[in-house]
Amino acid sequence: MIGLSHYLILAAMLFAVGTLGVLTRRNILIIFLSIELMLNAVNLAFVSASRFLHNMDGQAIAFFVIAVAAAEAAVGLSILIAIYRARGTLNVDEVNIMRW
Amino acid sequence: MLDLIIDILIMLAKIAVVLGSLLTLTALLTWAERKESAMMQDRIGPNRANILKYRLFGLFHPIADAIKLVMKEDFVPGRANKFLYTIAPLIAMFPALVTFAVIPFGDTLIIGGKIITLQVANLNIGILFVLAIASLGTYGIVIGGWSSNSNYSLIGGLRAASQMISYEVTLGLSLVGVIMVYGSLELDQIVRAQGALLWGFVPKWGVVVQPLALILFITASVAETKRAPFDLPEGESEIIGYFVEYSGMRFGMYYLGEFAEVVVSAALITTLFFGGWQIPFLTAAGFSFPFGWSIPLPGLLVTLMQVGAFAVKVVFFCWFLLLVRWTLPRFRYDQVMALCWKNLLPLSLLNIVVTGGVIMGLQFS
Amino acid sequence: MIVTFYIAGTLAIAASLGTVLARDPLRAALSLVLCLLSLAVLYVTLSAHFVAAIQIIVYAGAIMVFFVLVIMMLDPGERKAGGSRLLWAVLGLAVSGVLLALLLEPISVIPEYGGEVSRGFGTTEAIGGAVFRHYVLPFEVLSGLLLAAMIGTVILARKKERGEGVA
Repeated sequence: MIGLSHYLILAAMLFAVGTLGVLTRRNILIIFLSIELMLNAVNLAFVSASRFLHNMDGQAIAFFVIAVAAAEAAVGLSILIAIYRARGTLNVDEVNIMRW
Repeated sequence: MLDLIIDILIMLAKIAVVLGSLLTLTALLTWAERKESAMMQDRIGPNRANILKYRLFGLFHPIADAIKLVMKEDFVPGRANKFLYTIAPLIAMFPALVTFAVIPFGDTLIIGGKIITLQVANLNIGILFVLAIASLGTYGIVIGGWSSNSNYSLIGGLRAASQMISYEVTLGLSLVGVIMVYGSLELDQIVRAQGALLWGFVPKWGVVVQPLALILFITASVAETKRAPFDLPEGESEIIGYFVEYSGMRFGMYYLGEFAEVVVSAALITTLFFGGWQIPFLTAAGFSFPFGWSIPLPGLLVTLMQVGAFAVKVVFFCWFLLLVRWTLPRFRYDQVMALCWKNLLPLSLLNIVVTGGVIMGLQFS
Repeated sequence: MIVTFYIAGTLAIAASLGTVLARDPLRAALSLVLCLLSLAVLYVTLSAHFVAAIQIIVYAGAIMVFFVLVIMMLDPGERKAGGSRLLWAVLGLAVSGVLLALLLEPISVIPEYGGEVSRGFGTTEAIGGAVFRHYVLPFEVLSGLLLAAMIGTVILARKKERGEGVA
């Protein structure tokens, strides 16, 4: 029988894979995609908790998370376009002129 | 156990009927487009393909086209991404075929005590499923344009993608008014609710209660399927589009996918705005006209008449969408974008506000 | 249902690994689309039909299309290999592994919940009831947030016209 713990384990694994992407990769686009992956893992946790606790609030929160992720992706990608136009690179290691 | 097998067989039969008629109608539309354009332009159209000297008005041309496309050389452009190049036409054809799963094509059929709903899948998020699958169709275009490794395809793909995602918004918003009037997202419920009679003699079809939404939906779906006058992304005679590097059956899938989307758009217009399988004044027990006169009919005959009515309406709207192609000139790209964001989107929002106001007014009166 | 969970779950994990380990950003974005679609299947198994539809319409159908369009227009070059990449990869794996262990530990001690959901759970009417009764304020603030995001995107991605300084 598939219970809450199965879904939460899956969400935890997706979250860990997303964290691996954020920490390891150097390309801004892939870091962005890993952040979206982490948001989706959290969504899965919310929806599965909502189903097994018989409460609709989890799905409402997941709905808000999706909408906020849309806004964040739009602004983040436009910042990325601005960085690419200014610095000519998509490697986070090379966007470092403000380092001490 | 036997019940399960019968259920599976019924489901397979429904899928076979839906897919078979969809694909047959798609192939016939390739012939109908050329014949209709010929008749409108005072020509004869295709009539040469024959089997044993029987020409049959050129109806063998779809078969001839299919054989020709299959026999062409199957090549992949150099340095193109072979996997994405292969998969893009499949993704483009996928939405057209899958959307038909939620469209009801008849009333419930009762054969020997078994109740068969004439709809492949009755989801409780009916219209949202259609919108979701339509938004996945964008990937077929974008991936096809990019994986061809050609500048012109890439620009054509970006043009097509931006047009599709702009008109998706209008498509969704124009349906909100219909959902508000009929009170449900399920397509089955919407079609049944269109059987009600307003003021005793007018059927409560979508065209009667939501005329502006009908115009917006037809415009948005023509733009979404990239047919003329919105076919700048393809631009067959002027500027090349996202499938310029495709040939043979790969191009055939894009081509057939476009006609399948015409059939799906016609089916959606029928279901949401023209009563689906409803014939006015025809209930499950026979005709019952408003001035008291009624004709009783057996249930099976009623259901068959309703399925026939659905087929006739879908074919009529396919014909209408083909007519639109050969009547209007092509829009320029900035005209297409300005039309969507400056005209259609505010109109659809206005439609929602006015519909809400009217519904609330009727509730409190 | 058990089979659906395992197939969709395995596909989600494989696609997420494909996202993180991909060579170029386009493959990563398409793997993420696959992951989002398998997550939508998982939402359907959890009777969250509306959230699944919204996930496909908004996330897989709009946000990821935006990602793919940006990747295609920017067309980033190939990845350069660095020297100290292995050290960072091992450190990243270690941190993710510790995070996974920390997350899995309380999951193993939660009690078993179960039971069938009521009819109408996860439908659009139910979400509408939850959002418009309990969460009206976040809903209205969300519209303000989306407006701010729209304005910000247009301004940030605009090309500098002649005569504008550092804007």
